[in-house]
Amino acid sequence: MNIIKNRKIFTVCSIVIIAVGLIMFFVKGFNYGIDFTGGTLIEINTGKFIPVDEVREITDEYDKSASILHGGENKSQLIIKSTLDFSNNTVTDIVNNLAEKYDINNKDFQSEKFGPFMGKEIRNKALLSILIATVLMLMYISWRFEFDFGLAAIIALLHDVLIMIAVYSIFRIPVNSSFIAAILTILGYSINDTIVIFDRIREESKLYPKESIENLVNNSVKKSLTRTINTSLTTLIAVIVLYIIGVEDIKVLALPLIVGIITGTYSSIFIASPIWYKLKNRKIKTAK
Amino acid sequence: MKSKNTILLVLIFSIVIGSIFISLNGIKIGKYEIPKIKDAIDLGLDLAGGVYVVLEAQTNAKGIELQKIMEQTKVIIDERVNSLGVSEPNITIEGSNRIRVELAGIDDPQKAIELIGKTAQLQFIDPNKNIVLTGKNVVGSEVQYHENQLGQQEIVVSLELDKEGTKNFAEATGRLTLEKNIEDRIIYIVLDDQIISYPAVQSAEEGGTAITDGKAVITGSFTLEEASELAALIRAGALPVEMKELQTSIIGPTLGLEAYEKSLKAVGIALIIIMVFMVIIYRIPGLIASIGLIIYTLITVFTMSALEVKLTLPGIAGLILSIGMAVDANVIIFERIKEEIKVGKTLRTAVDAGFRRALTSVMDSNITTLIAGVVLYYFGIGPIKGFGVTLIIGIIASMLTAVIISKYLLKLMVSVTGGKNTKLYGANSEVKR
Repeated sequence: MNIIKNRKIFTVCSIVIIAVGLIMFFVKGFNYGIDFTGGTLIEINTGKFIPVDEVREITDEYDKSASILHGGENKSQLIIKSTLDFSNNTVTDIVNNLAEKYDINNKDFQSEKFGPFMGKEIRNKALLSILIATVLMLMYISWRFEFDFGLAAIIALLHDVLIMIAVYSIFRIPVNSSFIAAILTILGYSINDTIVIFDRIREESKLYPKESIENLVNNSVKKSLTRTINTSLTTLIAVIVLYIIGVEDIKVLALPLIVGIITGTYSSIFIASPIWYKLKNRKIKTAK
Repeated sequence: MKSKNTILLVLIFSIVIGSIFISLNGIKIGKYEIPKIKDAIDLGLDLAGGVYVVLEAQTNAKGIELQKIMEQTKVIIDERVNSLGVSEPNITIEGSNRIRVELAGIDDPQKAIELIGKTAQLQFIDPNKNIVLTGKNVVGSEVQYHENQLGQQEIVVSLELDKEGTKNFAEATGRLTLEKNIEDRIIYIVLDDQIISYPAVQSAEEGGTAITDGKAVITGSFTLEEASELAALIRAGALPVEMKELQTSIIGPTLGLEAYEKSLKAVGIALIIIMVFMVIIYRIPGLIASIGLIIYTLITVFTMSALEVKLTLPGIAGLILSIGMAVDANVIIFERIKEEIKVGKTLRTAVDAGFRRALTSVMDSNITTLIAGVVLYYFGIGPIKGFGVTLIIGIIASMLTAVIISKYLLKLMVSVTGGKNTKLYGANSEVKR
């Protein structure tokens, strides 16, 4: 396995995915969750499948463009999403109407309402968190390793975030506050992965100072490969189980985590290390 | 030495198995009771069911003034919530101008939300049904002692009004003093359609004049208790600013519970699969890692319960992710040990060297993730904060178990098994160069 030699292939792969994602983003935009757009979400345990048309008869009175979805086992959960800010009475009315018509427990529901400004604020806070976290991590890595390692790690992170965004816009996964939690987790996970490989490079370069940078990177990646794969597998197992068993709200968080773990692993091997190689090599060349 | 270590190892294994049993089933010895893990953890609203609402103050006030308004509002909302009889309400000021109210397990969430956020549910109404004042006009209300016309000390309830209130009140009282019958001079103080007091304005004949300074007292041979209750009701009826409902969430108790049960099941299954995976790949170290994983889970859960961290849905995701990552430190170490065995070291020295050489990698990688967790905790709001907390606790617990507990157990194990058979430790017997 020669990562350095084939590095262009990996870069192209990533760029293609990111480009497709960005094009989708500009054409169709994100599928924002109501915590970003503002609006109302009602989830009701109906115990049985209720056709969308029948639900519309009840909801049309309040919002004709409300989206009605099914979730849970046997589609026994009803999800009503509206971009309007329903009053609490409206929510109660809808639930009670449904409860009466289909003999459902009218306590067995949940609803959420968000003002339109919350989304912007959550997003800004998230961007700020990412920025602060990135700067702090860059500082830590530069202190423990070298600035080049830090820079390469951060570029790999940027790659992960872009891929995540691409996946969200390609598959139209709702962007809500769990999206932010997912992105931030993946930042933490991916950097963890990257650091372990960089640690190996740092060690190998001390043990074999005469080795070429290309071999150094290749050997380090090879030597830490079993670890990288096993760790990703165990973490993936945990998140996949969560996805399979969890309720709707958990699935929304687990899916991007699955994507993120795979991306994070991929980027630490195929993106972070080659970038470091490039940074290092350029310095050596200019020194010559 | 060997037999002593064997006993020690058996003892540790039994303690771990015992703790699993206790945490799953709970235990009761005399009056001491350790509850099941399931019941020991505080649940966030998304799991326990209940309602939360985020309110934003509609005001231009800034700095200390705003802070004062928010403190006041919080006290009032506190009083209102108490009147609902909710156990352990959670009312916090968020940011500079928001209040988050969390109420677990209430019957009528809609009514609760309306009650909490109402600015002016308190009304002062004259006999002609004109609304003279609303709650927002009332700046303060306190119990005071006044000397009455007979020179006796009397308990009264004071009222202090804002500018608009002062004007309206002056106009209304001026008008009412002219009425002859006492019934026509009454101002009804109404809270939620319930009359809580009905003082009459003194007639002009009795020397009554319009109250123009925005300061009035309600007399009426109160006991101290009655007076303070009335004052509290009037205060509670008056939020100093209008509160706008930004975000509301109502979670039915059964849905929350279902989410919790399913997530616990997911955690359990994930733990078992990971353990089987680890034992298959790493044999004895894998077994040690599995025990470490159980200890890690126990530490995390009990720390959360001790710190009263509320477990939320994103929190569970954080927890399960940190379980996956907890294994990572072990994997890094075991891979190193395998390498050391491959270059021909004895098992004992390989274990030592493996831990030593893996340490920088484990520390550096976890500290960087920790940095992300801390930032998440500090800057996150609501559910993201909960995610950050579990991640931080998880990472610290996983480092501790991997670096200290796994190491100790593995060394113990090596001394017990004699350390001849490196295959048991996941290494191929052939020696590669």
